[in-house]
Amino acid sequence: MADFVNIALPKGRLGEKVYSMFEAAGYPCPSIKENNRKLIYENPEVGVRYFWVKPSDVSIYVERGAADIGVAGKDILLEYTPDVYELLDLKTGVCRMMVAAMQDYRSDPDKTLRVATKFPNIARSYYDRQRREIDIITLNGSIELAPILGLSDVIVDIVETGKTLYENNLAPFEKIVDISARLIANKASFKFKNAAIEEIYSSLAKIVE
Amino acid sequence: MNGGFAADKNIFKTEERVTFALRGLYRAFGYKPYKMSKFEEYDLYVRNKDFLISDRVITFTGESGKLLALKPDVTLSIIKNTPESSSGINKIYYNETVYRSSGASGSKEFSEIMQTGLECFGKLDSYNVCEVIMLAIRSLATVSDKYILDISHMGILSALLDEAGLSGELRQKMLLCISEKNRSGVAIVCDEAGLNGEMSECFAKLVSAYGKIDEVVSLLGEICRTPKAREALDELVLVCEMTKKCGVSEHVWIDFSVVNDMRYYSGIVFRGFIDNIPTGVLSGGRYDNLLSKMGREGGAIGFAVYLDLLERLDRSSADCDADIFLIYGENNSPADVFAMTEKLTANGESLMSGREVPENMTFKKIVDMRNGGEV
Repeated sequence: MADFVNIALPKGRLGEKVYSMFEAAGYPCPSIKENNRKLIYENPEVGVRYFWVKPSDVSIYVERGAADIGVAGKDILLEYTPDVYELLDLKTGVCRMMVAAMQDYRSDPDKTLRVATKFPNIARSYYDRQRREIDIITLNGSIELAPILGLSDVIVDIVETGKTLYENNLAPFEKIVDISARLIANKASFKFKNAAIEEIYSSLAKIVE
Repeated sequence: MNGGFAADKNIFKTEERVTFALRGLYRAFGYKPYKMSKFEEYDLYVRNKDFLISDRVITFTGESGKLLALKPDVTLSIIKNTPESSSGINKIYYNETVYRSSGASGSKEFSEIMQTGLECFGKLDSYNVCEVIMLAIRSLATVSDKYILDISHMGILSALLDEAGLSGELRQKMLLCISEKNRSGVAIVCDEAGLNGEMSECFAKLVSAYGKIDEVVSLLGEICRTPKAREALDELVLVCEMTKKCGVSEHVWIDFSVVNDMRYYSGIVFRGFIDNIPTGVLSGGRYDNLLSKMGREGGAIGFAVYLDLLERLDRSSADCDADIFLIYGENNSPADVFAMTEKLTANGESLMSGREVPENMTFKKIVDMRNGGEV
């Protein structure tokens, strides 16, 4: 077990993109591309073991040491603030955390702002800095519906191209932070598997540059 | 006659074995035990809440109507309650249960956590600092031979932040990025603060300055350009040289991602890791600022070992519920059953007994004394 570096990748399109970066960096695992129901894929020759997990769970696997390293979106890191190292900005999965609202929305500072979001902690800290009183409405999906149906005044959500917003008469108003995929590491693994993790880090860093 | 169980070392869990060993270690270096016998007022903790690992505290109202707290920390009580020693130096160790939410971001509930640690405060000299660092290293070695102590110096960090003129939110942001080893984040904060190339380079070097002292000392020489920073670097080098002479330097790494709150910590800070435990098991540092905040003179350094985390090392689960199951019947008197129990456990084996063997439980041996024989 100890010889392998365990790597948690986020399921989905971003994870596939990220895996191809690991592959290009010299850490391929051919069995991962086979269409099967395996949960864990390993390549003893280069000492890596990959597994796919739900994107929002990657940081949990890494923080608790089930994975030594992993790839998580900056949105997840800001929302859950896991106690991990953030080694590298992989500059993929690029998007922005935005405040959006109906295109004709005008802010009224006298009223408590109703904010619908999947990211309550990010939204709270953003409006705390602005000293703005808000009412957080935590939703798990279809955030764009909230202002259309009058459930909220604004939404705080990830915006990639903004197409969904414009198609629904919504518009992005303020950027909170830029988001992209990050290589993260468990703090203890970083010490006890340092040489292997540093090597993966520098190989990936070369590709990103 | 005690059935043989007192002598069996395997009976101890890792955290129990470590607790006893550490008590012996700290006593050997002249540390006196501290026992928290009463509840502190909530006010003590709330005034110093940033010193605590978690700012959530369990409170209750005492008989006098004052708001009291279940201790989330022991250091504050020790500093508050220990009278000044005639030698000028107080050396205290403790082994206490504390109440706080446990580390990982996924768990939000309060836990009862066994913690041991020591504090050394008063007229500190460089030997006292070195001794505490060595005791931290010995504490980790007591748990496992695969351990690493990361050492940083808040003096180097604060000198660099002062040199760059970073204050307020940008200072906090920079410290957060350094603690995350977040190179791209550090570069963004440098840009936001409008730092020149040379200064930005210093911060970039600081984040990558990770390793044994000999590997990073020349890099640190380039970063530490002010007298304050150089003084801090000298202290760091002194400590590392001592660990070399004591033959433990391979376990000591310089790592500036160990960042403690500057309102309390001022000098050397450190964190200890054990292989197969995902978070730090030991945390400490020099906290002169807390001492002066609490109205005491001199310097202070100490650390805590989080014993609750050590249970992760006991991976092997028991292969049976007990070594022996003893079946007795109506004809067996309680005295006979007790005598048989003592006889069977004389070699340190564990035993359960009853009138019939429970379902879903496993035993290495079943003894049936109803007919006086074994099955």
